[in-house]
Amino acid sequence: MKVVVDMNKCQDHGQCVFAAPDVFSMDDDGHLVFVAEPDDTLRDDVEEAADVCPLQAIRIED
Amino acid sequence: MTGRIVVAGASMGGLRAVEQLRAAGWTGAITVVGDEPHMPYNRPPLSKEVLAGKAPFESLAFTPKAAAADVEWRLGTRVVAAGLDRRVVDLDDGSAISYDGLVVATGMRPRRLTCPGPLTGRHTVRTLTDAQGLRGELTRPGVRVVVVGAGFIGCEVAATAVGLGVSEVTVVDPLPLPMVGPLGELLARALLERHQERGVRFRLGTGVAGFEGDDRVTGVVLGDGSVLPADVVVESVGSVANGEWLDGNGLDLSDGVLTCEHLRVGGRPEVVAVGDVARFPNARYDGVPRRVEHWSIPTDSAKHAARMLVAELTGVQADLAPFAPLPTFWSDQHDFRLQSFGAPVLGLGDVRVLDGDPDRDPEGDVLVGYHADGRLVGVVALGGHGAAMGAARYRAQLLKQPALAA
Repeated sequence: MKVVVDMNKCQDHGQCVFAAPDVFSMDDDGHLVFVAEPDDTLRDDVEEAADVCPLQAIRIED
Repeated sequence: MTGRIVVAGASMGGLRAVEQLRAAGWTGAITVVGDEPHMPYNRPPLSKEVLAGKAPFESLAFTPKAAAADVEWRLGTRVVAAGLDRRVVDLDDGSAISYDGLVVATGMRPRRLTCPGPLTGRHTVRTLTDAQGLRGELTRPGVRVVVVGAGFIGCEVAATAVGLGVSEVTVVDPLPLPMVGPLGELLARALLERHQERGVRFRLGTGVAGFEGDDRVTGVVLGDGSVLPADVVVESVGSVANGEWLDGNGLDLSDGVLTCEHLRVGGRPEVVAVGDVARFPNARYDGVPRRVEHWSIPTDSAKHAARMLVAELTGVQADLAPFAPLPTFWSDQHDFRLQSFGAPVLGLGDVRVLDGDPDRDPEGDVLVGYHADGRLVGVVALGGHGAAMGAARYRAQLLKQPALAA
């Protein structure tokens, strides 16, 4: 599974971090960092993260 | 799998319902009916980025999940009536659709002021068309703007207008402080000061008695008789549930569509409601049914309602705990954000500053906790990213707590 985040849209709400903490996190400056190719077992979490992103900036490719 | 589920409403709630019906295993037909001509799109940017001209429509459209690709979308059409006993909905084009399952996702529409005066020049912000129309007016040179209603939309629109360079933006509200309902006095006062600091004017504690002007609005008459000159008026005075089409079915439609703790409507397991039109008891709190207009609710409610509905239609036991979402909202205004977790409105009687010092540092980050019976029930942060992250640290605690009604 490949995760793509449109960093032009991202406004660091952090909702994805609650939904998929193994994939998304905030760095010390409060900016988003994420695992670009997480294990497929995390798909449900990542889909949830994409759903709850207020900016709809998260996309799952294949 | 045979049969058809009709989803009434093609905004975020309708889309999430469709996706979650597929995720829950429904392989039968799905028809979505929605009155707007667009595929579902994300509304929060309408009062901010779209109004500011920073976001084109394409950037707002949701990307439906692949599993929802074979759904029939009947857009530009509305459901006007329903016969729940006969399991049929009537559309405004004269056609009717029979269903096995029905999802009520018709949402809200802006409440309008009924006081006398011209209509032209008066705007609401709910749809893309609304936002585009308002933007056209806000970008006229020298325009004077009056925002009626100091809630979420009103405060966001006022901030965006100032950001666009509008020099005269005045917010009117009968309450003494902006957003005092959801935030309480302490934070509402801090919010007021930040808005004023950034050039927004306020006329609080007074309502609107009427509008001046012949063909189009030229002024807003306040309750005390004074008149605010206005070229553009934004009415952000709450919303009305789109539930009239369900009239005649013996339902409680007094404020949205009343549901049970599983989002079922009228004791009918084949009818569920999602999004802000649903008035549901939240098992996390006091069990009192409420409508919730937060952005997170369509997604949360669609997941629960879809599972219930698919279980019913496929003869499987759903075995779900009652719907108990943790409410969350945010609001971006000027260069700051409000970020909430939990239910601050249930703890307005006991508000404590958890971090920051709004008296000594009126522009600094502040985090406020709301308590009921001495227990934290909600937090709201006001400020930059650091403040929002501070609020997030309380999220786990708020999630863990047992229900108030227990």
